[in-house]
Amino acid sequence: MPQHNRTQRSSRVAQTYTPHMKTTPATAWWRLVLQWTLPLACVVFGNPSRADQPSIPDTLQQRIAACTTCHGVHGEGSPGSGFFPRLAGKPAGYLALQLQNFQRGLRKYAPMEYTVRQLSPAYVREIAEYFAAQQVPYERSAVPDLAPSTLQRGQQLVTSGDTALNIPACQACHGKALTGTEPVVPGLVGLPYDYISSQLGSWRTGTRASSAPDCMAQIANRLAPADITAVSAWLASHDVPSDTHPQPAGSITPPLHCGVLQGQGGGA
Amino acid sequence: MSGLRRLWVPVVLVVVALAVWWWRSHSAGPASVAMEEPAVVAKLKDPAIIAKGRYLATAGDCISCHTVQGGQPYAGGRAVPTPFGNIPAPNITPDPDTGLGRWNFDDFWRALHTGVGRNGELLYPAFSYTSFTKVTRDDALAIFAYLQSLPSTHQPAKPLDLSFPYSVRSGLAAWRALYFKPGSYQPDPSHSPVWNRGAYLVQGLGHCNECHAARDAWGGTVSKAQLTGGQIPELDWYATDLSMQANGGLRGWSKQDIVDLLQTGQSAKGAAFGPMADVVVSSTQHLRDEDLQAIAEYLQSLPPRPSPITESASFNSQSLTDHGKDIYAQRCANCHGKEGNGVPGVYPPLDGNASVMEPTGINATRAVLLGGFSPSTEGNPRPYSMPPYAQQLSDAEVAAVVTYIRQAWSNHAATVQERDVIKNRHTPID
Repeated sequence: MPQHNRTQRSSRVAQTYTPHMKTTPATAWWRLVLQWTLPLACVVFGNPSRADQPSIPDTLQQRIAACTTCHGVHGEGSPGSGFFPRLAGKPAGYLALQLQNFQRGLRKYAPMEYTVRQLSPAYVREIAEYFAAQQVPYERSAVPDLAPSTLQRGQQLVTSGDTALNIPACQACHGKALTGTEPVVPGLVGLPYDYISSQLGSWRTGTRASSAPDCMAQIANRLAPADITAVSAWLASHDVPSDTHPQPAGSITPPLHCGVLQGQGGGA
Repeated sequence: MSGLRRLWVPVVLVVVALAVWWWRSHSAGPASVAMEEPAVVAKLKDPAIIAKGRYLATAGDCISCHTVQGGQPYAGGRAVPTPFGNIPAPNITPDPDTGLGRWNFDDFWRALHTGVGRNGELLYPAFSYTSFTKVTRDDALAIFAYLQSLPSTHQPAKPLDLSFPYSVRSGLAAWRALYFKPGSYQPDPSHSPVWNRGAYLVQGLGHCNECHAARDAWGGTVSKAQLTGGQIPELDWYATDLSMQANGGLRGWSKQDIVDLLQTGQSAKGAAFGPMADVVVSSTQHLRDEDLQAIAEYLQSLPPRPSPITESASFNSQSLTDHGKDIYAQRCANCHGKEGNGVPGVYPPLDGNASVMEPTGINATRAVLLGGFSPSTEGNPRPYSMPPYAQQLSDAEVAAVVTYIRQAWSNHAATVQERDVIKNRHTPID
């Protein structure tokens, strides 16, 4: 369609020359030549658009300016503020599922709900794959100054969980290296403290949810507020491993029944 | 405003009392439980009629109100926001207890055509029977056949969320006397069949006027202002003028521009966003080309009105537009062009754009704050998008750039001030 418009506009350009010419056989011939060659020349050699018309690259990156303004051109997020999460390198299935959850109202955040509301499943998938394929270095963000015992508690929750509270280890699903598991479990490394703690909070208040049974909601509700601080702080201060790729699909046995994992897993 | 409303309360009460009395004496009582006539039964099972009904239900965009976000299609639950309270749309799947399972076609016809429920109760006009009354009986039958063919979903209706006196249903008798006249679409022989098809779709099933017309204090559309644009109550978007009016209407739009917008979500003259993006995705993109052409032909016949007197700015807005021009050059011109021409098929033009010039300035303000995508449709599956500027521009800066684009090039629209931007900073969702 843009191509079609360009051709039309070019023939208009050609026509504007004609009134200045006397109608003799020679000018008629030139007119004919110009009418056919000018549009062609414009299409082939030049940008035929009006002087002010910007030339817009036909790339996904250009198309998704609404995403990259906040999340960064390569999905690096906003490490400084911690407000807009990193998307780069997260499993594509996870990213697509989050966009669908915003569409379905399982995740509540008005600007995101508005932005993704009318995107088709195929386009959602394409956008998710773009960000999943991005590789940008992680940046360490600020972590509150906490007592060593708090960080120890955080480490305990991440690596072994708390059997008395029925909380499984984060590593059980998010991977041994905490880099996530294909296709839908996100990595937890390199995320800002504020982001992790606010997500755990939103699972408790119901502004973030997943398909039932919502195992993360169960876990978040079993965590005491002090545990949320502990686990978020430990994760945010944990060194990012050299290989940040998610674990392959099928490499975990979820300790809880999780809707997002098609009901795999067990426990309570 | 609130003082005025309080003054109305006693008047409303008297009207309500009279209406209740009138309604009791004239009401037809609960719907009959008569069996469906055999001829109707056969039609309800006819696959061709069901398919026609599916198309018509899409043209009427029934699914939009009768489906809650993320819910089962047509199972209801979405609350339609009105200035009088929220009115949840009911389940219209064939579930016997919570849907239309026990309805026969006459019940459905009465609801669609006259706005009266199965038990004789008056229906709130959030259900747009003010428009649907124009739908023919044959089309209504096809829609009913389609709805009855849907998988049934058990989902009880949510309670009405209306405050007194609006919660008194019988009061609707007074409202109906003022704003509702039942009647089928009457073809206009002075126009072509195509024009008449367009008028039928726009005025009836499409119920375009429910958003694209101004509403008065009682929520009725102003009859003299059909399709001339209006602010959508509660959602606070402006549904633009659909007549051929300049400065905010469809002046300059070709028939194909109208078809393009309805079919793909964008056109050479502007893109669909906000609530219209939803309408394009769930309804108009699925319409047959000849129906879209008919709609365009009808809209192109809506006459422009005498130019409204342009509001003279009460203060010198020159510094505002100068500031806006700088912001435009930095943030907007890269995509929309210095002259506001946009890029065909990619970014909409701002010069001559009806949504830029609509009277309130809400649409342009929201577009700057929220950015976002054109809807993803079959005709434009991978739309381009605009960055949201809510985090980057202050209220004063948004006011400046919006005022600039409303007054630059050939545009003539009123100034938007900082206080107008503050009102519209939140993101409207449902």
